[in-house]
Amino acid sequence: MTEMLYARDAYGEALVEIGQKNKDIVVLDADLAGSTRTAKFGKKFPRRFFDFGVAEQNMMGAAGGLASCGKIPFVSTFAIFGSGRAWDQVRNTICYNKLNVKIVVTHAGITVGPDGSSHQAIEDIGLMRAIPNMTIVVPCDAPETKEAIYAAAEYRGPVYVRLGRSKVTTVSKKGNFKIGQACILREGKDVSIIACGIMVKQALDAAEILEAEGVSVRVVNMHTIRPLDKKTIIECAKLTKGIVSCEEHLLSGGLGSAIATVLAENIPTPMAMIGIRDRFGQSGAPDELIKEYHLTSEDIVQACRKLLTYAR
Amino acid sequence: MSHTPEKIKELEKKAKKIRRLIVKMLAKAGSGHPGGSLSSTDIVTSLYFSVMRYDPKDLRCLKSDRFHMSKGHCCPLLYAVLAETGYFPEKELWTLRNLGSILQGHPDWRTPGVNVASGSLGQGLSVALGMALAARLNNSPSRIYCLLGDGEIQEGQIWEAAMACAHYGCDNLCAILDHNGYQIDGKVKDIMNIEPLADKWQAFGWHTINIDGHNIAQILTAFDRAKKVKGKPTIIIAKTTKGKGVSFMENVVDFHGRAPTAEEAEQALKELS
Repeated sequence: MTEMLYARDAYGEALVEIGQKNKDIVVLDADLAGSTRTAKFGKKFPRRFFDFGVAEQNMMGAAGGLASCGKIPFVSTFAIFGSGRAWDQVRNTICYNKLNVKIVVTHAGITVGPDGSSHQAIEDIGLMRAIPNMTIVVPCDAPETKEAIYAAAEYRGPVYVRLGRSKVTTVSKKGNFKIGQACILREGKDVSIIACGIMVKQALDAAEILEAEGVSVRVVNMHTIRPLDKKTIIECAKLTKGIVSCEEHLLSGGLGSAIATVLAENIPTPMAMIGIRDRFGQSGAPDELIKEYHLTSEDIVQACRKLLTYAR
Repeated sequence: MSHTPEKIKELEKKAKKIRRLIVKMLAKAGSGHPGGSLSSTDIVTSLYFSVMRYDPKDLRCLKSDRFHMSKGHCCPLLYAVLAETGYFPEKELWTLRNLGSILQGHPDWRTPGVNVASGSLGQGLSVALGMALAARLNNSPSRIYCLLGDGEIQEGQIWEAAMACAHYGCDNLCAILDHNGYQIDGKVKDIMNIEPLADKWQAFGWHTINIDGHNIAQILTAFDRAKKVKGKPTIIIAKTTKGKGVSFMENVVDFHGRAPTAEEAEQALKELS
């Protein structure tokens, strides 16, 4: 259970595997093929690999054109560029036409580390949630990434898959991934922690600490932000006294606000949110940044304790 | 290749009809963009009624030629041509810009014959590039035509795409620049100068052809020549007149984005009869 792998390595391997099976898979990158791991596909299938240089807007538009002709483009760059720099192209060319383009970004969140704020996408989930037709997936580890890429290739329509830069501990259960269906990693009756991406591991660690104190914790891996698994969220509200959301993202527009909307409209429930609060990232080691921005398992534990002081 | 005087006359007649449809549609809709629609009418009419291979019943058009109107605000022209070629009945034209219409204010997926939406300027050449790359992967003889506006090419994405089209040697792609010299705020050269045009595109690795964009013979010859260019994309720089065909709209910036009133439409239709 302590296996640590790069999610982007899993992405690179998955691409080669699906590219082998499906000749319509094409891969596009913008001068980051080494970092995003699409280079593997490029080496194996040079005819179906296109590097567009440092020009993300053109890359997204070309992906749209390829998809309109029946190809299945996987488009990769860093999260900050894929979501921000090319947002208008993702909106108007890809999502508005519901084109079958898969945007798989790496280096999301503050755990990009030393490169600092210009390269730390902490708003990308919000940017993608603001566009109708976009499916959004945030895998929690390398094996889940592989399953997510397979699922994205099968799914018809635009998909945004968000990956980080650093190695992550494997926590997902094999063969469980289905777009739009959350994974219950742990049952509990006092509080629910709903997390995505690298925060799933922090949530599981927090649950261990709380369990030792006699607090029973339900842990949910909400790997799909859209379509959101409302059923599981409402179930958490019914089975436990409160919900704590966890994400490596700004609270504005992220997983927490999506969950809060579901709760407010269906079953108002005490809630706490772990995420970045209205500030930009900065340089530092990933573990230092996690502490600085209050995204550690200890921060989750405290939020749960506080929530239980006033929840029913 | 020479084009018979009969063919040219027939296309001129067709272009006049398309212009009438544009004026009628816009007057009925009460808003929209006549200036650029009328300036590129002869080019797009030539494409659909002489140059391109396509089948109005084949909406996926994976094997046919494709036209992508990057300057999407000139969709009244596109809609008139698509109706005239049989993609949908002419009566749809009178629903332009209405709630629930298949003819939106800018082209989108609701309209039979439109492959990819456009309208947010600067994005279309990239889309056309993707289509050209797909055609190559499919070993398809498809040619991709993309209409650009001269104001539009102030967008940075156009030059990202220009670089990439040449880098990938897309000789199955032909862009047409509707160089009418005006944009919403005034003359292109006053707002943001784009000259020297041919030099710019050549420096980006393109083959360039300069023509009078209202001379059907020149238009047809340019498309023939573009087909023969190997290893690089071609851009036809077509000098045009904004509002062409309606005296009081010609080179009048107000008609970039204003529909004619009922009286103006009546006058315009007289001139186009």
